[in-house]
Amino acid sequence: MKEKLHQLKLKYQGKKMAPAFNALHTFLYMPNETTHSGAHVRAADDLKRTMNTVIMALVPCLLFGMFNAGYQHYSAINGFPESFSLFDHFLTWDNFWVGVTTVLPLVIVSYGVGLAIEFLFAVIKGHEVEEGYLVTGMLVPLIIPVDTPLWMLAIAVAFGVVIGKEVFGGTGMNILNPALTIRAFLFFAYPTWMSGDKVWVHEGVERAGTADAISGETVLGSLAQGSDYAYSLSDMFYGFIPGSVGETSTLLILLGALFLIFTKIASWRIMVSAVVGALVMGLIFNGIVDAGWLPEYSKFYTLMSFPYWQHLLVGGLAFGIVFMATDPVTGSQTNKGKWYYGFFIGFLSVMIRVFNPGYPEGVFLAILLMNVFAPTIDHYVVKGNIKKRLKRFKTATIYPKSSDEVDTLKTETA
Amino acid sequence: MSKDIRIKKGLNINLVGAAEQTISKAVTSNVYALNLDDFHGITPKMLIKQGEEIKAGEPLFYNKNNEEMHFVSPVSGELVEIVRGARRRILTLKILADKEQDYVINKVPDLDTADGDAIKSYLLQCGGWPFIKQRPYDVIADPSATPKAIFVSGYATAPLSANPDFVLQDKEQEIQAAVLALSKMTPGKIHVTVGKSNRSPFNNIKGIELHKISGPHPAGLVGTQINRIDPVNKGEVVWTLSPQDMVMLGELLLTGKFNAERIVALAGSAVKQPKYYKTKIGAEISTFLYASGVNEDRFRLINGDVLTGSKTNTEGYLGFYNNTVTAIPEGDDYEFFGWNKPVFNKISSTRALTFSWLQPNKKYDLDTNTNGEHRAFVVTGRYEEVFPLDIYPLQLLKACMVKDLDEMEQLGLYEVAPEDFSLTEFICISKQPHQQIIREGLDLLQKELG
Repeated sequence: MKEKLHQLKLKYQGKKMAPAFNALHTFLYMPNETTHSGAHVRAADDLKRTMNTVIMALVPCLLFGMFNAGYQHYSAINGFPESFSLFDHFLTWDNFWVGVTTVLPLVIVSYGVGLAIEFLFAVIKGHEVEEGYLVTGMLVPLIIPVDTPLWMLAIAVAFGVVIGKEVFGGTGMNILNPALTIRAFLFFAYPTWMSGDKVWVHEGVERAGTADAISGETVLGSLAQGSDYAYSLSDMFYGFIPGSVGETSTLLILLGALFLIFTKIASWRIMVSAVVGALVMGLIFNGIVDAGWLPEYSKFYTLMSFPYWQHLLVGGLAFGIVFMATDPVTGSQTNKGKWYYGFFIGFLSVMIRVFNPGYPEGVFLAILLMNVFAPTIDHYVVKGNIKKRLKRFKTATIYPKSSDEVDTLKTETA
Repeated sequence: MSKDIRIKKGLNINLVGAAEQTISKAVTSNVYALNLDDFHGITPKMLIKQGEEIKAGEPLFYNKNNEEMHFVSPVSGELVEIVRGARRRILTLKILADKEQDYVINKVPDLDTADGDAIKSYLLQCGGWPFIKQRPYDVIADPSATPKAIFVSGYATAPLSANPDFVLQDKEQEIQAAVLALSKMTPGKIHVTVGKSNRSPFNNIKGIELHKISGPHPAGLVGTQINRIDPVNKGEVVWTLSPQDMVMLGELLLTGKFNAERIVALAGSAVKQPKYYKTKIGAEISTFLYASGVNEDRFRLINGDVLTGSKTNTEGYLGFYNNTVTAIPEGDDYEFFGWNKPVFNKISSTRALTFSWLQPNKKYDLDTNTNGEHRAFVVTGRYEEVFPLDIYPLQLLKACMVKDLDEMEQLGLYEVAPEDFSLTEFICISKQPHQQIIREGLDLLQKELG
């Protein structure tokens, strides 16, 4: 097989379809490429391995989301179980089957459409198929409601991959996180499918208006309307709550985060500072409420009085911080910049979440906003280094032919 | 007085096949060659014709931009071939060596009384000058500029490279002469950096500023040391020399004889008995390679160490500046699911199912496979972990790629040489050619501003 594929590769070399073939070939076999210039040996990591590590961190969230799709569906019909048992009520075949029929198609469409476009662009532009979409394709199904129509997803993915990434030159060149671009497209194009109390439960929309109507409101949705929610703190932490497919289980997201930090794939600086940012904003809101500056009838009252640290347990904040804010391409690229970048993501997420009248969630908007500002942050961080160099230059020891030249050189640079 | 420098960022690449500390005499080479690529940015003008006889130490060619700068023959014999490449550019000069070597004996200046200019013109005339390199641009030093300081690294951390303490044994006299001569050409200091625990001959040398350094590679690279001791600013010039080249300068200054002899480490996992050989600049590598034996059918032969050396083959010749020759297996084979299965036999800077972090002292047998395909820059923050210079490596690389001269200057391109980016290149997940990018950036900057 190895030999046959090698022969095929040589046959396709230089042809139009070569990138498509190579993508499949390198998926099976790491290529036989050797070093040409510079260092003759190279470390073991490549982009495929890096992306694959992120996917491994996402798989538990996906599996949980599949079970949760069924759990929320049946709980909406039959009511939540009185004494919850993980194996009797959650990890059941019935629940899983709902996940297979609802979540799996999302994954397939996301990868199918996205990779098809990637291959197409690679063949047209004659470059290799790059691995960026492997992670994006996995993220997308995890950040949308479970019953999102597949055609909508297909259109959104096409938009996100082409406008969000390929027009900038592909993986590594984009300004906005492609997965969030897709999410934002869905949010603005089909708002009714992205919010409300029907979309988070399988068949919620279908059954709306009938006698069998079922619904499930997210914790944030309930808070925004000032109504109560029936979920305990442990429900929120473990993730037995309605929400986008993969975002609900804070526990598994935390495990994913630890895995990514341990493998050194994602930036711990961004994660830590984003958590700090969210806590700070939450504390400010709690402080305003405690100080009595906000009347109880204010529509922001319930969200602002929500205990600051619980913001991390509900909605997509934890998921966004761990898997989306840490995208190295669209995030801040300097270590110092990452602190500011992460902090503002957490800070703005909670702010938008509280003040957004239409939709009580702000992570994806906050991250997209900070994606835009990341180069600005880096600019000022790098400027610090440049300034240091200029300062050093003032005491430079230059021995040229005449002292006039030194003066011109110094004035030129200063 | 010594000052201690501690390098924290970096990565030691421990490879199988370090040279055993015994010196054998290599078989005398028939043909010696100078590879013109070793002298980056020099346009040669030949002084003798093909077929003419030449003595050891007699000029072969001079630098087109500076007629005084001579490049001399390492041996006496007949210039048998001038290998030319595209547009008749000279690639290699081959000299068929005489049985009895005949040296030019130059009239040496009196080191105690001679001034800087006299020493400069002596070195330019007698072929010692090309051993002196300069920053910015990492090229042979411009004789018209006065350096603010001179840097010598007496510590080697590059994988499998020759141990300076070992090869410099009993060379104190030559080193002292070279230091004395160099000190007349700069009003600044001569900074020499040695390892923390060492038996370096530099400990007894007068007239130098001795620094002790510890930490992982690239602690031994002179660029790291310059950045810590006295970084290069715009307009400033520093000179760098390798200690073994200082020995040659010293001998040239003491005896007037250009003695091309040097001790070379033959190392790498493809070599059966890695050890040191005494040979000459430009000698055929095969004269000592096969004495040690090779245990691979297909191997990569490198003039220099695995991170910064240049590719050569069994018909190749020892480079002008190299004191290490490395042979490692070629890696032109496919690996089934190589991108996602756990990796135990390769070095990695991450822990993404790669396990080199478990055994930091294990020795690895790496081949030349790139372990992945070339991609755009994606991940960030990884280079900084192995790059101890006070420079933003990713930003500087990008500035070089887009040819933004202002930014290249501002981000500190003056301070670096391609070798400073060898470690970031090694760990690069996108498999970008960092050293080539920096080299092209330096060339552009020199062309536009130099």
